[in-house]
Amino acid sequence: MTEESLSSAIRNRINMKDGIVHVDAGGLHYKDLNTILRTLGNPVPIVHIENVYGQRYIGTDLSNNMEIHICGTPGNDVAAFLDGSTIIVHGNAQDGVGNTMNRGRVIVHGRAGDIVGHSMRGGEVYIREDVGYRCGIHMKEFEGKKPLIVVGGTGQDYLGEYMAGGTLIVLGLKMGSKPIHHARFLGTGMHGGVIYLRGEAVHTSKEVQIKPLDESDYKILRRDVEAFCKEFEIQPEPIMECEFTKLIPASKRPYGNLYVY
Amino acid sequence: MKSFLESEFTVVRDEERCIRCKVCVNQCAYETHCYDAEDDRILSKDENCVNCHRCVIFCPTHAIRIEQNVTGYTQNSNWSREAIVALKKQAEYGGILITGMGCDKPNFTYWDRLLLDASQVTNPSIDPLREPMEIKTFLGSKPDRIELEEVDDDVVLQTKLSPQLVCEAPILFSALSYGAVSFNVHTALAKAATEFGTYMNTGEGGLDERLYKYGDHIIVQVASGRFGVHPGYLDVGAAVEIKIGQGAKPGIGGHLPGEKVTEDISRTRMIPVGTDALSPAPQHDIYSIEDLRQLIYALKEATDYTKPISVKIAAVHNSAAIASGMVRAGADIIAIDGVRGATGSAPKVIRDNVGIPIELALASVDQRLRDEGIRNHASVIVAGGIKSSADVIKAIALGADAVYVGTAALVAMGCTLCQKCHTGKCPWGIATSDPWLTKRLNPDIATRRLTNLLRAWSLEIKEMMGGMGINAVESLRGNRMRLRGVGLTDTELKILGVKMAGD
Ligand code: SF4
Ligand code: SF4
Repeated sequence: MTEESLSSAIRNRINMKDGIVHVDAGGLHYKDLNTILRTLGNPVPIVHIENVYGQRYIGTDLSNNMEIHICGTPGNDVAAFLDGSTIIVHGNAQDGVGNTMNRGRVIVHGRAGDIVGHSMRGGEVYIREDVGYRCGIHMKEFEGKKPLIVVGGTGQDYLGEYMAGGTLIVLGLKMGSKPIHHARFLGTGMHGGVIYLRGEAVHTSKEVQIKPLDESDYKILRRDVEAFCKEFEIQPEPIMECEFTKLIPASKRPYGNLYVY
Repeated sequence: MKSFLESEFTVVRDEERCIRCKVCVNQCAYETHCYDAEDDRILSKDENCVNCHRCVIFCPTHAIRIEQNVTGYTQNSNWSREAIVALKKQAEYGGILITGMGCDKPNFTYWDRLLLDASQVTNPSIDPLREPMEIKTFLGSKPDRIELEEVDDDVVLQTKLSPQLVCEAPILFSALSYGAVSFNVHTALAKAATEFGTYMNTGEGGLDERLYKYGDHIIVQVASGRFGVHPGYLDVGAAVEIKIGQGAKPGIGGHLPGEKVTEDISRTRMIPVGTDALSPAPQHDIYSIEDLRQLIYALKEATDYTKPISVKIAAVHNSAAIASGMVRAGADIIAIDGVRGATGSAPKVIRDNVGIPIELALASVDQRLRDEGIRNHASVIVAGGIKSSADVIKAIALGADAVYVGTAALVAMGCTLCQKCHTGKCPWGIATSDPWLTKRLNPDIATRRLTNLLRAWSLEIKEMMGGMGINAVESLRGNRMRLRGVGLTDTELKILGVKMAGD
């Protein structure tokens, strides 16, 4: 598809300035917005979408390598099935950030709603503040693909539920030097991957075990926390001074002994 | 603990016929037979036998017969053998009893109590051998009306049609996930669907890339575990199906045990070798019709509105209301799987006690969508116990657009309904990922068996339609006047919307 193929009403929304494409999303349907993003394709590296008021699915299935800035509040399922590209939200995000995403990066300068990274298999998600329920649910890793979620704040119940792979880091940055994370049922049904909490958890599920961190954990943590800090211009050193809790599955097969054949 | 379980079957070997060839020893996946070199005899451990008939078919001298163990418990109508065995097993192992295939209880089938009409005297029947019969079926949302425009003596369609699946007959292959069935089974289903002109459904385990070339005849499924779901997978299919539930286990998820997650299966499901593939019971982004709409439209966005989106549910008490919500949520196809729908593995208690018969669900769903004036917005596919062409044609007369067949396709490939799919040792090389067993199913021969079945059913459907004086399957859809019931109560007849035979 080329830009010419867009209807003139939609084309009028696009404006090129200093090598950056500006899209006015005010009142635009998500279908048209995604059509624009798909149409812009590869030659346009940076897109600013302005006046975003709750449009869903922004950046769904985008497989090219754009940098998309969302100014305003995107609706649910931002970056669903994302397969490349970087999506930066300048504001809060709602539910389903990075739903089933495969590749790419999502950065949210604010908070995010429920099921952040639902079933994501690859890519990185950085949320500056808190997240809702079931963050990282059923994220999984495979071969070279290892998804990462870093949350600057804390999360609600069922954090890391059914987690099958990947890394979930929760920093609790606004909770002082010894954060206590109040999410209940942490890691319910977890059977792969790892959760690092800065500070402590009050209520973990019986499917996880708490392990001390070793040098290799700190190596991973330092790398991922630095990446997070770089996005939000925060100093990583003070964050790393605090003690972390590591949660891993108690078994690869949490429900293996429930059945008779 | 000493086991109080008895063998369910008895292996009877005709010693006169047995030539000690050891075929049975090699064929049995459950190590029932062994060769005793000292006595030059084949012996059998009855307790291992699952009555799969593999040895019966492959014994070159037909020396083997499998019988139900005749040593029954004392006759008791309340405490059946099945109930006693279940109790003993649970007392010994303390877990949920798992089984394979569909519900095996009597009384849940209505197809056999519905009879078809035929033309006599007052309207002529049609001979399908001499006259064209149309059974091609289009699945997807249909417009409320179409607008045509005359351009230079030609009529041009102005209405933009929604994407459709085109089936040469109203029969598709049900979801059978890779991992639950072997690669060869997936290959045979994909090839047969392509050759015949219908569709196979990946089930929730992803699609091996070697089969992407058949993508035009494949429905790709997105289930709660999202296994193998990535943009390439969504792109390759002809349609995407959101799996909410399945007839064999409404309301619960699935656990593919780690030992079945081999190298190939791990690649397709996109999880490491040997880890359990856990499908949560709900889709965690769907807690309402509004959320369902969100996923439907996320998938429409991801596939750029080029493919129909199907939603599959198990038939449960309020299916009609749910179906109405599904259609309003934007589903182009709704698939409903009845209580007799099969599975590779499910808790027996759920398989046999949860859900409702597909005939009743179909009748009430079709009626509800008609009453609400939205029947054309989605096609209806029914599944769960379609075992013959007669069932297909009755389903269409009751209101379905097409049927999914799972068990029937497996039986065509060799399955004998031993109900042991969950063991992963399917002796027919179907429900297994063990390389020694999967080799038993030759995909080319299985493809032929499947296309033969589709051809046979198509011919029979045309014969029956001709007999009714109908030459297009469209004219039969929802045509309940061509059905009559026998042995049904007034309430059953009312729900099915058919008259009593003789009326
Ligand atoms: S399990 Fe199958 S192959 Fe083995 S003895 Fe029984 S019928 Fe024969
Ligand atoms: S698929 Fe195999 S294991 Fe399952 S019922 Fe059929 S023959 Fe038995």
